[in-house]
Amino acid sequence: MRRRLTPYLLILPGGLWLTAFFAVPLIMMLSFSLMEGNLIDGFAFTFHWQNYTEGLSTYGDKFVRSLWYGLLATVACILIAYPAAYWIAFKAGRNKSTYLFLLLLPFFVSFILRTVSWKFVLADDGIFLGTFKDWGLLNEDFHVLGTTFAVVAGLAYNFLPFMVLPIYVALERVDARLLEAARDLYASRVQTFLRVVLPLSLPGVFAGVVMTFIPASADYVNADVLGGSGNVMIGNVIYLEYFNNSNYPTASALSFTLMGALLVGIFLYARLLGTKDVLEAAGR
Amino acid sequence: MKLLKGRLLHAYTLLLVAWLVLPIAVMIAFGFNDTSSKQNFVWEGFTFEWYARLFEKEDLTRALVNSLLIALLSTVVTTVIGTMVGLALGRFRFRGQGTSNFVLFAAISTPELVMGSSLLAMFVQLNTPRGFVTILLAHVMFSIAFVAVTVRARVVGLDPSLEEAAADLGASGWTTFRLVTLPMIMPGVMAGAMLAFALSVDDFVITNFTSGSTVTFPLWVWSSTRTGTPPQVNVMGTLIFAVGVLVALYNLWSARRRRTT
Amino acid sequence: MNEINPLLRRGLTQRRDFLKLMGLGVVGMAAAACGVEGQGGKQNVTQSEVEKYWAGKAKNGRLNWANWVGYMEDDRATLKGFTAKTGIEVTYKEVINENAEWFGKIDAPLRAGQSIGFDMMVMTNGLQLEQARQLGYLVPLDHSKLPNFAANVDPALKDPSYDPGNTFTVPYTSGITGIAYNTKYVKEPITKWADLLNPKYKGKIGMMGDSQELGNVGLFLIGVDPEKSTPDDWRKAADKLREQRPLVRKYYTQDYIEAVTKGDVWITMAWSGDVFSLAGPEVRFAIPEEGGTLWTDNLCIPSTAENPVDALELMNYLYDPRVNATLTEFINYITPVPSAKGFIVEDAAAAKGEDKELLESLVTSPLVFPTAADMAKLRRYRTLTQEEKEIYQSVFTPVPQGS
Repeated sequence: MRRRLTPYLLILPGGLWLTAFFAVPLIMMLSFSLMEGNLIDGFAFTFHWQNYTEGLSTYGDKFVRSLWYGLLATVACILIAYPAAYWIAFKAGRNKSTYLFLLLLPFFVSFILRTVSWKFVLADDGIFLGTFKDWGLLNEDFHVLGTTFAVVAGLAYNFLPFMVLPIYVALERVDARLLEAARDLYASRVQTFLRVVLPLSLPGVFAGVVMTFIPASADYVNADVLGGSGNVMIGNVIYLEYFNNSNYPTASALSFTLMGALLVGIFLYARLLGTKDVLEAAGR
Repeated sequence: MKLLKGRLLHAYTLLLVAWLVLPIAVMIAFGFNDTSSKQNFVWEGFTFEWYARLFEKEDLTRALVNSLLIALLSTVVTTVIGTMVGLALGRFRFRGQGTSNFVLFAAISTPELVMGSSLLAMFVQLNTPRGFVTILLAHVMFSIAFVAVTVRARVVGLDPSLEEAAADLGASGWTTFRLVTLPMIMPGVMAGAMLAFALSVDDFVITNFTSGSTVTFPLWVWSSTRTGTPPQVNVMGTLIFAVGVLVALYNLWSARRRRTT
Repeated sequence: MNEINPLLRRGLTQRRDFLKLMGLGVVGMAAAACGVEGQGGKQNVTQSEVEKYWAGKAKNGRLNWANWVGYMEDDRATLKGFTAKTGIEVTYKEVINENAEWFGKIDAPLRAGQSIGFDMMVMTNGLQLEQARQLGYLVPLDHSKLPNFAANVDPALKDPSYDPGNTFTVPYTSGITGIAYNTKYVKEPITKWADLLNPKYKGKIGMMGDSQELGNVGLFLIGVDPEKSTPDDWRKAADKLREQRPLVRKYYTQDYIEAVTKGDVWITMAWSGDVFSLAGPEVRFAIPEEGGTLWTDNLCIPSTAENPVDALELMNYLYDPRVNATLTEFINYITPVPSAKGFIVEDAAAAKGEDKELLESLVTSPLVFPTAADMAKLRRYRTLTQEEKEIYQSVFTPVPQGS
């Protein structure tokens, strides 16, 4: 009897905490998103669905842009992370952990500081662009900050470790004997990679995509620090609606829509890849 | 050909490391900049001045203390609670396990922005004043899942026969836990604790939504970017970086030693 | 990271659990769907209410002050002097970057009647201050405890339209919203807002995101006096600002100052004092021909202050001309205490080298002691009723967000 209760007792404090500060807030936000009113007169629950429809029609382009930036950053992360993870997993030998550690170094600096530091590095007249301009290699008004490139690069930089790690873990688990077997069967290097290594590493890529795409799409710091007037993401809008306009209902509705959009995105993505197989493999 | 490809990828990896380290190197370097203006962005010479005057900006120091205090408290609470959850999920089979796993997954993959704004929505509706306590509550919330998942991974990989042996030898449940289970899962618990600490010290988004008038280090840095970040911020960033790297290196080293002995 | 994957598998395949949770959610919603109460408008305060508030309040010997960045000397000399004189310990934090953001932070606790952790704060005349006033978030001041205010403050700054009789606020400092430009890149003199629409500076132009600041510029651009503008004017102004949008690098809060110093933008909307206290030496400030915005940052006491008597004492202290001179020497904005000028002249005479030059330039600076001709070019924000406010916000808020 006691043994039966043990897991529940163990899970109780954590469960209560997550209920109180994770689940309940989400519900409260959902209810807030259906209210109408303003600060002076208060907010009343009226099933005000217009918060959603108006939010979407006003800021639809920001949603699209955020998902687009998130996608670009995620693809960039895969392309950047894969070769390095591959090399470390298969070729780095006894220095594996050293290299992995080097790739994780940014984690030891605060997210904000990292981003601010990039703004500094990329400044129009900063240590790089300024020097190139002095040499006459660039036009005086050339800039990287305030462009889509800067924002996507910032996102890719900040979330890269989330992509490197799972890919590395998946590759590391690939059994060397499988590669030998492939070679014994006269598979070329390219074939071995495409038919054996790549499929086996896909679960890692999948986990990496989830860990990168979601936070990148919902980010507002990179767009704020590195972006310009044309790079406003939905995160910036939500932030503004909450803090500057105290427009809690609209902000809540936008938050919820964002979460919904990301969930749908991930589900579709899982479907597309054949959920079962990928996820089963990931579970091993 | 084969050799070339290996070399190429090696060079690529090093290049990638360089890219990753570049902004950190710049941050560290400008902590040594002998700048006189409010905008620390032109190199004016090398100095240790900012290390000596590290705690001169009282509100910055207080922000750092807040950050460390919150991280410490949240780590302690989270490690205990999260380890319990991890144990339950890794060791037992019970009804509601799937739901619990789902909640953990959701807590890890929900964007910080959504978590932060939903907490704000709740605090507004409940008329809760925001500050130190709400930040702490939030930090524990988002760290639990990470600790639980880390501990669970360790628990799943354990050999249950050791615990059974202890029980056969007449050890009580608690004794078995203390003397057998806990030492075995300790690496997982420590990893979870470090993760929780790192998450808390670094958190910006959720803290921003739950902070009220309490300022933490990331929040201070954020607002300082509005008017010019003083070199002390670079120095503090450098020191946090150094401590983090040293702790990680020590872990790496002791793990390697354990493996070889 | 591998430990997450099993979660993923379970999480995504166990839809039943998800549905169960949804069910729980609906129940919770029913419980949560109660709304948030409003506070109603509150404007007029009678003398007896003031007395009632202050009756029985005593000095506690400590005080928390929330201020804007760059609004106090780095060594906090003014506060140290205050502590030495009165024994009141001041905890001073520069936590305010933007009125709207600050209001968002203090709204919930003040609504609930809970402490915001501060006994005194600085807010600009404008939407948020008006809101705070109407919501009853501010303490009516006891002017019998503010003799220095009565004696030393410029009559032009007393009894302002945004707070008749200085019931809730007293001016800390005033400033001008105009144009800052970096002479390293901009070789021609900048004289008018229209220069911010010059395609030559595409991608190098900074604007402010604040809807009142931005709105005023739009109105100046179409030649309308902001204080007398109508909703139709607002729409025209917003169209003008949209036209400018493609040229704009970014819509800033106070961070334009870093951008213009570093050369990320060359020409930007700016607050006068910042250009002196925070920007680099190449940055110049201009009051545009079309007109500039005059604003006043005000000291006020939040309704839940724990040490209001101490706050009042500090307010009074800050209007001592000698004290105010020291403060003005650092913050470089228009001081509400004209007689501080004499002390700044004295300090300039006593100082040497670079400091001397700086102080001398301060005395003659039109941004600290503006001339009558300058003042004639300045306008305040439009005062808005609740209804107008909603229209105004809906017209100007989308501009910086590109909608």
